[in-house]
Order: sequence, then structure tokens, then C-alpha cells
Amino acid sequence: MSTMEQTTEHEETGARRRDFLFVAAGGFGVVAAGAAVWPLVDQMNPSADVLALSSIEVDLAPIAVGQAIKVKWRGKPVYIRRRTPAEIAAARDFPTADLPDAQSDEERVKAGHDEWLVVIGVCTHLGCIPIDYQGDYDGWYCPCHGSHYDTSGRIRKGPAPKNLAVPEYTFINDFRIKIG
Amino acid sequence: MTAPSRPFEPKNGFVKWFDQQLPIFTLLHGALVAYPTPKNLNYWWSFGFLAGILLFVQIITGVVLAMHYTPHALMAFDSVEHIMRDVNYGWLLRYVHSNGAAFFFIVVYIHMFRGLYYGSYKGPREVLWMLGLVIFLLMMATAFMGYVLPWGQMSFWAATVITNLFGAIPLVGDAIVSLLWGGFAVDNPTLNRFFSLHYVLPFVIFGVVILHIWALHIPGSNNPLGIDVKGPQDQVDFHPYHVVKDTFMTSVMAIIFFAFVFYAPNYMGHPDNYIPADPMVTPAHIVPDWYFLPFYAILRSVPDVTIFGFTLIEAKLAGIMAMAASLLLLFALPWLDRSPVRSGTFRPIFKLLFWVLVVDVVILGIVGAKVPDDIAITIGEGGISWLIVGQLTTIYYFGFFLVALPLLAKFEKTKPLPESISEAILSRNAKA
Repeated sequence: MSTMEQTTEHEETGARRRDFLFVAAGGFGVVAAGAAVWPLVDQMNPSADVLALSSIEVDLAPIAVGQAIKVKWRGKPVYIRRRTPAEIAAARDFPTADLPDAQSDEERVKAGHDEWLVVIGVCTHLGCIPIDYQGDYDGWYCPCHGSHYDTSGRIRKGPAPKNLAVPEYTFINDFRIKIG
Repeated sequence: MTAPSRPFEPKNGFVKWFDQQLPIFTLLHGALVAYPTPKNLNYWWSFGFLAGILLFVQIITGVVLAMHYTPHALMAFDSVEHIMRDVNYGWLLRYVHSNGAAFFFIVVYIHMFRGLYYGSYKGPREVLWMLGLVIFLLMMATAFMGYVLPWGQMSFWAATVITNLFGAIPLVGDAIVSLLWGGFAVDNPTLNRFFSLHYVLPFVIFGVVILHIWALHIPGSNNPLGIDVKGPQDQVDFHPYHVVKDTFMTSVMAIIFFAFVFYAPNYMGHPDNYIPADPMVTPAHIVPDWYFLPFYAILRSVPDVTIFGFTLIEAKLAGIMAMAASLLLLFALPWLDRSPVRSGTFRPIFKLLFWVLVVDVVILGIVGAKVPDDIAITIGEGGISWLIVGQLTTIYYFGFFLVALPLLAKFEKTKPLPESISEAILSRNAKA
């Protein structure tokens, strides 16, 4: 019965020992639930072997001017296109400011290697693979929902919000690149 | 729960003994035998029962197919062909499962339109309606993931397009897409988790179906007149009346269903799904399974949302929001339509707009299967593109729910309701 009396005593001061126990137990419970749920969610993220996918090197020598090749990198296609002077001019003559995703052609290629365009071949709308040398701008055309990209891989018409992404890559020499 | 018309009085000694300790026979008797139903239910009320039958068929055939299927990116396609060619009756089981999914959607769409026409979503059945929508959403998720499993070209690219939808969510979109894929693209980890979820979700659906039936049996069924049951004179028992009626409808459905299974098993599929998945090539024209086409059409119809030339929401995100809204607004239906009259029979304008909606949804389905820039209706040199048709039908879809229903509730002049169900039947018989 002494505990009973104590409780009534503390009730007058506001906080009871029981309140503290409720909050502490509840707090620990929430943390424990979070700790239990997180592994269940995080297991869905890319696993170590998927993340470890290495970079690739590509030999550019066999690609003629006006030709493009498609290589697979991290499960996605990468287009490497050796552009003609006319294609470069077409990309550079259009005012950058008028593009939905404003980016100049110079920003999308490596300085001194203007004829080489390297883009990830995944439409920025919903992830289909655009077809090269198609569409209103002779760049890429996505058959899924009709996005047109120009000879710099920039979105010009259709539902895609962004330009085709340029992957991280470096020139090892004039005819060899390393992607990733 | 609606009181059963007659109490359960078991004759069998075992049943009596068991039921005293666990009254499961009493429960089943109350739900399937003595459950009182309005006596004027028409054949449209059988579609809930048919949906239940199809869920059962899908679970049984699915469990069996999983005994032969291999959820691996390199082996999935071949294992499906193995089922088709080598496994005893594998072709039958797979065709029943794939056509069963299509029929499940047909039956559920009719079930939903019936609920819409007769105002079955109105009080006291709002929870019943919303549980049905939960089942519908779970079905869509399950069917989508099931479509991915054969790992054909359509499987792969449907998975790519649908998972990419989540990428449009601001800030966290890319992280969510990567989480769904388990990689940088749709690949083996994606297939594995889809198989896991495709197997478990039907059992979740089964659980919600139990809740759906429970929520039905509290107020009891709505009826074509949409008026409340006044007493036992308005009702008949579920058994034998609806057991017979629903069994008849099951037979009718089975005839049509097996006509597809045996004579046109791939009619509702897509030939490209017999090409193994290739992550490097997108098919020239990709479409989701036909039962998603109306929603797919809404997704593609929405352009950039701009104010004074400034893009507020990009088309990609706006389309997804519209598609999500087209489904989620159904949860608000009981509160959008406040008309005190349930049945469309007594609401002349609602009735007209309802049938226009049915046609509208069918047109949306056709639009979903077309290339947006192609010409739908030729006028002189040019014409109206499918995109425009899709936009008009999308506007009607939203207009029906968000504008017409609230306005009709206020201004529509409804026809007089009959006194009671039995009175309506008797006066009709007297006229005849």
C-alpha cells in the first residue's frame, strides 16, 4: 500500500515515475522497431557485387565518322557516336537558352574531342532505349513515348524532362576511353 | 452482422461438439447459407462471387506453376517455355493463370461499375467500397509483377517503365528506383523480388477479401433499387437462391473463359513477350497489359503544367500524379457523390453520364494502346491525334467524378423511389 500512497503524492507534482517508464519504454520500442525494419528495407538496395561492377575501356579506332556504337555498362547501353561536322554544327547552331534542359554542346563533350559524343542510352522519361539516327533532329528517338533528342543527345521535343546523361569517362588516348 | 434468417442447428454430433468449442460452422452457416439478401438482386450482383472464384483459381494455378518456374534472369524465360512444352499440363496451367488474370480484371471492372451505377459505395457501405479499392490496388501490383516473371521483352520493358515512374518523385525518386531495382537497371535482383512479392500478395488480397465480405455482411447487400431493406418480406436467403444464381453465372463465365484458354490463349497477351528480355533493345512499341491501358492513357495525356511560361510540374511528374489521382479519387467517391438516392435507375442525368463514363473508359483503353502522335480521326489533310482524344477523355473522367457528381447531388431532380422492395416487385407483377 505504500507504493499507492507514493503515487498519489507525486501526482500532485505533475510527472509520475510511471510516465517516465512509458516514455522510455516507448522510445526504446520505436528505436528497436526502426533497427529491425531498416535491414528489411536496405536489403533491397544494390548489393555489394552489383555496386562493384567495374569500369570499362572502349577502343574507338574502328568507329568511322558518322557511325555510332552501343556498349553495355552497368547493365545499361552507352552510345558512343563519332559525329560528322554537320552534326556538330547542327548541335551548336541552336541557341542553348531555348532548350528544355539548357546545356551547350561544349559542356557535353571533352574539349579537343568534339566529334565524340558519349551518352547513356536510357531515355530520361521512363527508361526506354532511344534509337539512334532517328527522330526530328537526327539524334535519338525514343519509341516508347516519342521523345526526340538532337545530335548532342539533348531533349528537344516530347515528354522526357532531361538530356541523355553523359557518363563519367576519360580519354586514355585519342582512340581509347575509360567509362566509369 | 446481419442476423441470419434461421439459427444454425446442427444434427450431426461431431459438428455439434466441434461448433461449441469453435463456432466456425455457425459462422459459415450465417455467411453462406442463412445470409439474408434483398430479393431483387440481378445478375450484376454475381460478379463479386465470380471474382472470388477467380482469386481461388489464380492462387491454385500460381502455386503449382511456382513448382516449375525459376526466378532468375538467365533461366526465367526458358523455365516458362519448359512449363509450356515439357511439364504435364503445364500449357493448360499457364494459360489458365494468364487468362485468369485478365478475366479477374474484367470481372472486377464490371463489379466496380455495378457498384458505381447502383450507388453501392454510399453509406452505410463506404468502408466496404474502400476495402474493395484496396483489393483492386493490390491486384494491380500483383498482376504487374506477374507479367514481369516470364522475362520476355514486354515483361522487361513494362518493369522498366513502371519502376521509372517512381523516379519522378522529387528528391527521393532516384533512391526509390534504385531500391526497387536492387541495381542500376532492371535485372536479376528485380526479378527475384518481384517473384517473392507476386507469390505473397495474393494471400494478402485473400485477407482483404475476408474483410470485404465481413464489411458486406454488416449492412447487407445493396440492391438495384438502392433502397433499404424494410424487413424479412424484402429478403431471401443466400442458399439456395444466390448459390444457384451464382453457380449459373460461374458456368457462363467458365464457358467464355475456356473458349479463350483453348482457342485463343494468347489473344489478350502480346507477341513480343515471346522474345527473351534484352536490356539493350526496346521494342518499337511497348504497351502494358490491356487491363492497365485506361490508366496508362491518362499518364501519357498530361502535358507540362505551366503558369506564365514557367514550368510548374514537368509532364512526367504531372502524368504520374494524374494517374495516381484517377485511382485515389475513387476512395473519395462516397463523399463526392452526396445524392441521397443510391440507384442510378432513379437518377436520369447520372444514368446518362454514367454510360458516357463507361464509353469514356473504353476509349481511354484504346488510346492507351496507340502511339500518341498518330492520327485518330482524319479530317481533311490532318486530323485529331490520339493524344488529343486521350486528353479529352481524361478530362471527362475527372470531370465526371470531381465536377458532375458534386453538382448532380445538389441539382438533379430524381425520380420517386418505391415504398419498399417487395412493394416494387408486387406492383411490377400486377402491371404484367
